[in-house]
Amino acid sequence: MAVPFTVEFSGGLEILFGGERVMKLSLASPRDDDNLTIADLVKHLCDEKMTDSRRDMFVIEGYNVRPGILVLINDADWELEGEADFRAVG
Amino acid sequence: MPSLPLQSLCELCSAQKPSLRRPKTGQKICQQCFFHVFETEIHNTITAASLFHPGERVAIGASGGKDSTVLAHVMKTLNERYSYGVDFVLLSIDEGIRGYRDDSLETVKRNQQQYSLPLKIVSYKDLYDGWSMDNIVAQIGSKNNCTYCGVFRRQALDRGAQMLGINHVLTGHNADDMAETVLMNILRGDTARLDRCTEIITQSAESPIKRSKPLKFAYEKEIVLYAHYKKLDYFSTECTYSPEAFRGTARTLIKNLETVRSSAIIDIIHSGETFALQRRGGKNQAKKLVAGVCERCGYISSNKLCKACVLLDGLNAGRAAVQISLEKPGDQDDGAALVRKQLEHLSF
Repeated sequence: MAVPFTVEFSGGLEILFGGERVMKLSLASPRDDDNLTIADLVKHLCDEKMTDSRRDMFVIEGYNVRPGILVLINDADWELEGEADFRAVG
Repeated sequence: MPSLPLQSLCELCSAQKPSLRRPKTGQKICQQCFFHVFETEIHNTITAASLFHPGERVAIGASGGKDSTVLAHVMKTLNERYSYGVDFVLLSIDEGIRGYRDDSLETVKRNQQQYSLPLKIVSYKDLYDGWSMDNIVAQIGSKNNCTYCGVFRRQALDRGAQMLGINHVLTGHNADDMAETVLMNILRGDTARLDRCTEIITQSAESPIKRSKPLKFAYEKEIVLYAHYKKLDYFSTECTYSPEAFRGTARTLIKNLETVRSSAIIDIIHSGETFALQRRGGKNQAKKLVAGVCERCGYISSNKLCKACVLLDGLNAGRAAVQISLEKPGDQDDGAALVRKQLEHLSF
């Protein structure tokens, strides 16, 4: 089942996404189960939405969000919630 | 909408949902407690160093970026809460960089309204024979321009403060910046700077104005989140000319260290603070800077001419050469090429 997201970029990160500050999208688990995680969203953003070629400004060593970039899930620090493993529910 | 599952409560008030994990302590705390501890820690830094005295007039170096915006906001808040009795003024430098400083200065002008603080803007163009950073880069290229900008900015802040009759300027340097600087000074072997770079107040023979860094122990993550949760108005574009490759590398290294050792930043600052550097032999030690003034502009300098005037001489010599070459008749078409050729032969 696809989960709707509103993704906001700020602090300069929007430059990597064509200057778009707010992006609405809907995403289903690539594994055909209900375990969609933030890691899947990051991969999707990186592969499908990023317009700038400097991938390493956003992710390093695969799809790990670069240290120093702060991620908020529902306006709360993602470090509270297991970071990329956080499971998104529709 | 994705939603957070039920989670533990704020570790300080046990009443609200936590909003962040503090990088310094690992504590999970809510927004209200975060505002309180963040501000209180800065207040403690200020009182521990006796940074201000009542009736003092102090300038806040304001770029419109996150650090200086948070600094201005917190200084105003604490000044009212704890009755420091300090008279704050915003001081901005206009380097003359289109698409960067013009926009960020608009932010500072809004901050001036939001915080009802007086604002003084001094520009490179006015201070340095009409040379803005855009003009400088057009002449020297984008390779060494940070050297010019650094020397010019330092002096511009001092001069701006002097125009205001102020001898204390606050800058928004944070803990992450300071750890990077310590590391960079070690890697460069710059022991003279290593000695002083962690001091909260710096006062040197090269500058008549005292500088201090109230955000010295504030983590960048908390500064960004403070600005975000308080909905502060700040400008987040990087300088269009700044590659600052060395600092960037130091930053990445520290960020990586932090993932395996969460106290890395504060540990590096602590190391910087406690290094006791032994000066070798008497000769170097004896070479103490003689405080004099620049023959041309009167700014404090240990040499005949201050650094800014030396750089200006180079720029002006280059500009003269350019003008001569352009005045030659008949080569209007290759004007640009000629200028470039002329510039290649210049050395400063």
